[in-house]
Amino acid sequence: MYASIKSFASSFFVTGDPLIYGADVSIALTSIAILFVLFYFKKWGWLWREWLTTVDHKKIGIMYLIASLLMLFRGGVDALLMRTQLALPNVHFLQADHYNEVFTTHGTIMILFMAMPMMFGLFNMVVPLQIGARDVAYPFLNSVSFWLFLFGAMLFNISFVIGGSPDAGWLSYPPLSELSGSSGVGENFYIWGIQISGIGSLATGINFIVTILKMRAPGMKFMKMPMFTWSVFSSSIIIIFAFPILTVTLALLFIDRYLGGHLFTMDGGGFPMMYINLIWMWGHPEVYIVVLPAFGIFSEIVATFSRKRIFGYKSMVFALMSISILSFFTWVHHFFTMGSGADVNVAFAIATMAIGIPTGAKVFNWLFTMFRGRIRLEQPMMWTLAFIPCFVVGGATGVMLAVAPADYQYHNSYFLIAHFHQVLIGGVVFGYLAGIYYWWPKLFGFKLNERLGKYAFWLWNIGFYVCFMPQYALGFMGMTRRVYTYGWDMGWGPLNLVSTIGAFLMGIGFVFQVWQILYSVKYGERDTTGDPWNARTLEWSIPSPPPMYNFAVVPVVDERDPFWEEKERRDFAPAEPVPVSKLESIHMPKNSGVPFVFAACWFVVGFGFVFGWNWMAFTGLAGVGISLLVRSFTYDTDYYVPLEEVIETEKAAGRAV
Amino acid sequence: MQHAIDNGHPQHAAGSHDHGHHDQESMKVLGFWIFLVTDCLLFGTLFATYVVLKGHTAGGPTGKELFEIPGFVAETFILLTSSFTSGLAVLAMNKGKVNQLIGWLIVTAVLGASFVGLEINEFLNMVHEGAKISTSAFLTAFFTLVGTHGLHVSVGLIWMIGLMIQLKMRGITPVTRRKITVISLYWHFLDVVWIFLFTIVYLMGVM
Repeated sequence: MYASIKSFASSFFVTGDPLIYGADVSIALTSIAILFVLFYFKKWGWLWREWLTTVDHKKIGIMYLIASLLMLFRGGVDALLMRTQLALPNVHFLQADHYNEVFTTHGTIMILFMAMPMMFGLFNMVVPLQIGARDVAYPFLNSVSFWLFLFGAMLFNISFVIGGSPDAGWLSYPPLSELSGSSGVGENFYIWGIQISGIGSLATGINFIVTILKMRAPGMKFMKMPMFTWSVFSSSIIIIFAFPILTVTLALLFIDRYLGGHLFTMDGGGFPMMYINLIWMWGHPEVYIVVLPAFGIFSEIVATFSRKRIFGYKSMVFALMSISILSFFTWVHHFFTMGSGADVNVAFAIATMAIGIPTGAKVFNWLFTMFRGRIRLEQPMMWTLAFIPCFVVGGATGVMLAVAPADYQYHNSYFLIAHFHQVLIGGVVFGYLAGIYYWWPKLFGFKLNERLGKYAFWLWNIGFYVCFMPQYALGFMGMTRRVYTYGWDMGWGPLNLVSTIGAFLMGIGFVFQVWQILYSVKYGERDTTGDPWNARTLEWSIPSPPPMYNFAVVPVVDERDPFWEEKERRDFAPAEPVPVSKLESIHMPKNSGVPFVFAACWFVVGFGFVFGWNWMAFTGLAGVGISLLVRSFTYDTDYYVPLEEVIETEKAAGRAV
Repeated sequence: MQHAIDNGHPQHAAGSHDHGHHDQESMKVLGFWIFLVTDCLLFGTLFATYVVLKGHTAGGPTGKELFEIPGFVAETFILLTSSFTSGLAVLAMNKGKVNQLIGWLIVTAVLGASFVGLEINEFLNMVHEGAKISTSAFLTAFFTLVGTHGLHVSVGLIWMIGLMIQLKMRGITPVTRRKITVISLYWHFLDVVWIFLFTIVYLMGVM
């Protein structure tokens, strides 16, 4: 009995590495601390009522944000582990197989569990406010999406202490990810973690398309929508076309692993390149999914902090929409070396380079918006300014990679690594950080500390160039991706050391940001006006943080930048309070515990399939079905916020008389 | 939101006034249409995989040897008829006849269940002949594609039974009306997908 328990535990838990034991201890201590706080302060009811069952898009946005920052930490630690391993030749800090796991989880987490939720957090925090809506189209589904993401992410993350992490790269290429190449449970964790959260992402895409189509304030025609809303719209369109492909691809890989299929195996007629085509048909649009909202954020910030309308609004919209279409015709550029022939490669090379045109138009529009503007260098604007040169260099190296014959030289080298980190950190991370700094006071009612933010800004920026510029050179020197150590004779040592120093500078930048948030919670500058940046769009016309129903009176929009136009009309005098007689009771959705339970059941399904425990997986599936039926039979899903409560809230904010 | 798909106005628990509030029911139908777009892509990807791997039989049986014409023709007729009866159900709903509506839904569900039964029978026969999911890439792709459609039909059956109970409990309201509209959309969609399956998998397979 004891022996069988022991042998089960040794295969169930990851053993044998001191780093993992350290992680085990810290996970246990953190969990105990959280449980202690919840019990000691009797916060379980509060947690359930205010957060776990909420359908308020603002709260869901905040939960996305917290989760994504935690994932940024986890993915960042993975990055630092890798850079430590590569700092000098012949280092044996990580073993080869452990290194494989670290680079796999770093990539997966950063794209799917950091960038995506940070983006969805911003969608949720901003879009309904910006279009003058009281909610998203499907608040219940919105909550489902969040919990699916969270439980998917947790399933993926526990793999590193239970069962073992995936190790076949962030896109799990077969045959490496087939049973023949990876017989442990790591790849199953990969498949189910992403599958569960991916379904949530798909639902968010549908939700925001309908929200933007149907929930805009009266008078807000398409060509009067704020740029960020446009970018969310184009990103959501890519989501609904790309994510079904991911769902199928992962399901097919699982069928191979679980039912002994031969879709992508080396035997039985399987065709691994089919997987690589499919995954990139999702994977390439995916990078545009995450970068387009960042473009929207920059457009808002540039206009606000230059005190000018965005230059070339129509061309900005056209650029977004054309990128969302072109993004589906470039996937082969990820494997020009596959051998599909010169004509196919040329077609995809041209399609890839074509994306540079609308992107270039956007960069010029941002520059022209700043031209003769009254620029204020506050934190959001600083990140925007830092983004432009970074993204231009990243775009230029992207065009270098898109030249198919030249790509035979760069393929899988560190040049590629440097390029995509430059566009993803310079474009996406800088963009989302700018967005967080920009909208933070709206959601929380205080600004983030300027001084700590500037330290973080410079550490991130200097660290970035110190880290990635050497990697371009290393790529030319022949260093390939995924090598876990190298010899002195290669001559890669000095540049790798410099790169590692840069990575740690960015890590310190992140520490400063955490400190900045904690410090500002206590000492941050309070925003009593609701409009701390003198901004232009509707979200700034309501108090910070907004009341649960957002707008007491639904605004009527007659032009672009409606709030700015309104402020100009009243010559920047404070807005008149609304007479109480104009207020009314407000229709809102009720909280529900079903999304949480539903997603938890999916976690059980995933965990069961990961270990091949069918009894558990099918119990989970039954739970999924029951949750859906419970929801289907629930008719009492909404209520009216009483008029007295609306009046009270508005009076307290000084907005009604 | 002026163009509500139904004639009645939604009635909410807390009263009938609805200022600045969007028509939830027609918005949900729109969302379902967009969901169907994503489901089209899901099936499109499976079809693409099947077409690429169709010839990868690895020495195992081919479609021509496996597919039995009477079986899949019967499945086709049954599913197409069920799509027709689900249309009759919607017509009954528009006339406000709840019992007739439930009756046609029962006919639809029985037809759907016999379709699923025939499909399971077909799969079992194939496995019996040694054509398993693990035999070749062609068969993995076949079982995945056709099985995904069958799974959709089965989920639709459970869903339809749930809706019949709700109709019995509540009658035809704006909410149940929207739910019936949505499942009939879903059912017709599965029919369209089957026409592609019938053509690309079965007809092209036996030719």
